[in-house]
Amino acid sequence: MYDAIIFLYQVVFSISLFILISTGLAVIFGMMKVINLAQGEFIMLGAYFALLGEVMGLPFILSALLAMIGVGLFGVLVERLLIRFLYGRLTDTLLATWGLSLLMIGAVTTFLGPQVAGVSVETGRIAVGELYSVSVYNLYIILVAFAALASCWALWRYTRFGMIARAVMANPGMTSALGVDCHKYYMLTFGIGSALSGLAGAMLAPIVGTQPTMGGLYVAQAFVSVITGGELPFLGTLLAGGLFGTTNGVLSYAYSQVIGEIGVFLIAIVLLRFLPHGMTSQKGRAQ
Amino acid sequence: MTSKLSTIEIATLILLALASVAILAVPQFAGLSLQLDLSIIFVYAILALSMGFMWGQVGMMSFGQTVFFGIGGYSYAIFALNTGDTTTAMLLAVLLPMIVAALLGYFIIYGGINDIYFAVITMVATIALEKAVRATSDPRIKIGDVKLQGQNGISALPDLKVPWNPSETLFVTEVYYLIFIAMLLVTAGYSLLLRARIGRVLVGIRENEQRVALLGYDPRRYKLLIFIISGGVAGLAGGLYAVWGNFVAPEMMNLNSSASVVINVLVGGKASLLGPLVGTGIVQSLTSWLGSAGVGQVNLVLGLILIAAVQIFPQGVVPMISAICKWCLGHLASVAQPSRRTSTSMTGEKQ
Amino acid sequence: MKAASGALAYASAPSVLATAGISQEKPIVIGNILDQTGGLNIYSLQQIKATAMAVDELNAGGGVLGRPLELVFYDSQSNNQLNAQYMTEALVRDEAVVVHGGVTSSSREVMRPIVNKFGGLYFYNSMYEGGVCDPRHVCPAMVPSQQLKPLVPHVVENMGKRAYVLGADYLYPHTMGEWIKKYTEEVGGEVIATEFFPLDVSNFASAITRIQAEKPDVVWSVLVGNAHNAFYRQYEATVGKDTIPLASCMFGIGREQTYLSADESAGIVNATSFHDGLETEAAKTFLDNFKTYANDDSYVGDYGELGYRGVKLWALAAEKAGDASADAVIEALPGTSFDAPGGKVTIDGQTNHAIMDIHLIRANREQGWDHLGTTEQLQPVDTQAVCTLGS
Repeated sequence: MYDAIIFLYQVVFSISLFILISTGLAVIFGMMKVINLAQGEFIMLGAYFALLGEVMGLPFILSALLAMIGVGLFGVLVERLLIRFLYGRLTDTLLATWGLSLLMIGAVTTFLGPQVAGVSVETGRIAVGELYSVSVYNLYIILVAFAALASCWALWRYTRFGMIARAVMANPGMTSALGVDCHKYYMLTFGIGSALSGLAGAMLAPIVGTQPTMGGLYVAQAFVSVITGGELPFLGTLLAGGLFGTTNGVLSYAYSQVIGEIGVFLIAIVLLRFLPHGMTSQKGRAQ
Repeated sequence: MTSKLSTIEIATLILLALASVAILAVPQFAGLSLQLDLSIIFVYAILALSMGFMWGQVGMMSFGQTVFFGIGGYSYAIFALNTGDTTTAMLLAVLLPMIVAALLGYFIIYGGINDIYFAVITMVATIALEKAVRATSDPRIKIGDVKLQGQNGISALPDLKVPWNPSETLFVTEVYYLIFIAMLLVTAGYSLLLRARIGRVLVGIRENEQRVALLGYDPRRYKLLIFIISGGVAGLAGGLYAVWGNFVAPEMMNLNSSASVVINVLVGGKASLLGPLVGTGIVQSLTSWLGSAGVGQVNLVLGLILIAAVQIFPQGVVPMISAICKWCLGHLASVAQPSRRTSTSMTGEKQ
Repeated sequence: MKAASGALAYASAPSVLATAGISQEKPIVIGNILDQTGGLNIYSLQQIKATAMAVDELNAGGGVLGRPLELVFYDSQSNNQLNAQYMTEALVRDEAVVVHGGVTSSSREVMRPIVNKFGGLYFYNSMYEGGVCDPRHVCPAMVPSQQLKPLVPHVVENMGKRAYVLGADYLYPHTMGEWIKKYTEEVGGEVIATEFFPLDVSNFASAITRIQAEKPDVVWSVLVGNAHNAFYRQYEATVGKDTIPLASCMFGIGREQTYLSADESAGIVNATSFHDGLETEAAKTFLDNFKTYANDDSYVGDYGELGYRGVKLWALAAEKAGDASADAVIEALPGTSFDAPGGKVTIDGQTNHAIMDIHLIRANREQGWDHLGTTEQLQPVDTQAVCTLGS
């Protein structure tokens, strides 16, 4: 019976990781259709902010908050200085954000050094049956991942800000004719997406460590999740995270980590073949 | 749709001929390391062209040409190490990727995948293949007598033997000529393809796929065909890479390699056949030079350059140079004949 | 300073050469190819500085064969294609009589054929899985039999007989896994399971669950690289070394202990050819000199020391041969001996590997190592079993 609990926990944890790293990109690509190849580096930046918080002696919650604010502001800056000029130019954003990704890796390595650093959070373990134990921190990750996704969805669905933001994305011409400053909403949306990635990085730092090249590990998975998720960014991310997390969790448990990872990508290929616009493309109207 | 060449095209051809002569003359004046540096640029240029042609002329953005690059390289490695027959190995390096391209292409293209989703599927394919090959570290995993060695790749590959005289092998300079000629042939091949009927259909698919279909052509067949051909070209690049460095490794297929193919094409410009070649030359030389110039973090400098490139010449280098040349020629013409007021009339397009 | 090829050269300041009286002589060019940038650079950074320091010391002492040494450095950026290109440049364009470098086995295997093609000499100053049999290749670092011979019995005796092995998924950890199994069984132990992980995996939850289910006495980590670093954090958070202790043959070479917490690293045992806590004269002098030369008082470690010992061994062989050219030095290598910071090192002519001291260490709570003991002058028996040069 404890085997089953542990198995379930592993699958849910795997799903949470996918959701955590994908939510920021879901906002930026899903809402704004901007290909941001530097999203992994935003996650990395969040991890480094968490490190900064630890160095400053902040409790971890405040470090995570610092990461959100820091990376959010950085995202706003990037939008103003770079992305703003490239809306609608898909391939140019690709090239520019790839350049940004290299720039960020290079800059962090130059100024902060190439090595991994650590953020330590003492949270203890919970025993599950006689054999197993689970790190409490991992439970926090599960909590934060789902909470972040749910909050985003609520923000976009139920608030005035969300309503106007959706209108701007759907029909900028009409919306600005109605007196809305579209540029402000682009900027804020990009900032929120960045802040979410910053949060992901901060949450990951205690279990993975911080290093300049950590972004590369996540950007491919995040993109695959968001694209297979489809038109509805949040429901899509939930479904994609659920599918890939389960696949990864089951295959890793049964066989090995490698099979788990390859399995995810193979399922993604098959899924995209039969549902080319993602899992949520037929469901619901445009948000 | 005449086949007469315009002035600009003739000038370009003359320039290319001169450049080719210069490149062929390099071994007379420069040492082996310059030849090696240039050879690898040509290899990547061939790979970039396989991606650039599909993207620029047909509108298919494939992030997965490195799949065929890797399969081509590994095919050469495994067959040549097992049998010693490097000529057949080279042929397999072109053929096997084409078979894989046929299967993968059929799966994707006949499923109606387009645009960004095509790019994502091909990107995922190359990541998955790289992970799979990297997982072959166990010494028991072999094809024939050759261990795949996962992460480490396969090294000490045999040099290419002369097909009609197997006791002679190709050394650095001969390999240099071989790769350069291969690049010329591939470019010429694509150029002929473009001028043939197939090329017209492909360009039509880029412009308006639905209209082409309504005119009676099945776009999927043509797209699959060009995907297979480009897969073979990428495989050829892979085989040549194996000959160049005497090693193959899973990193030929990783996300970085795949992205750098796209970047090479973007920097040079996807609209022309020269674009990918020129772009590869610029980006490769820059990366290699930066590594030995001690600028510190290469990534930082390369990143800045890419961001600047997007703002300054988003269409790529080749169209920019082309535009400058046209402006110069137009300016010269108007200076030479000041009385002609009709310099930029309806026929004088500016691109 | 730039060499002819444009590569960066760390050569001694003119004042050093002038004081030694060798500034007028034609320099001997030494190549150094390591990853200053890219994912592998955590292993290379100290070695780059230590290699340069060795060259500087030799120059201050009058050079080699009365000529100054010029070090030409290439940053291979953790990219094997650049390793291939730069090795060729070093041998052909810069005419280096010896090239030191390479961290991973794949980089070595890419460079070795080129060294053979152009008749050069290559010092691979990095530990690896052993077995390379090539007269133009020299490895002054430890091979599995040397590292594990003292370590495995210590682990079985002090921690227990049932072992669970985790490794990175490439050749070196695979080979290490087999040697751990062999030596464990020799002293009556048992390896219950061996698992391998791709280098970019950072989520070890499923592996840790399996470990908990199997209840071994000790867990071996042959994990490598930045992503695998996560294992030590997750292991401590979930299982804890007080429940099941950890042994490792890789922990520390990437200076992991400097960025894990005391809880996460303390107690891990390993074996090495050099560590900063070694109390010998040679070690302390080396570390002091390094701090001054490199202006860096962070952990040096075995990778740093290997760069130093490689250059010094080469210099001794060259002096013995009376000639700096590759073939002459190769002839003089067997038996060349140096009192390295990590202990006496002698080149074994049968294999071009080294006979050296191995030190048992345990990570302490101050981000350093406690010295547990030294086994002296171990032979590279695993490579000797498959290699006899010059036969």
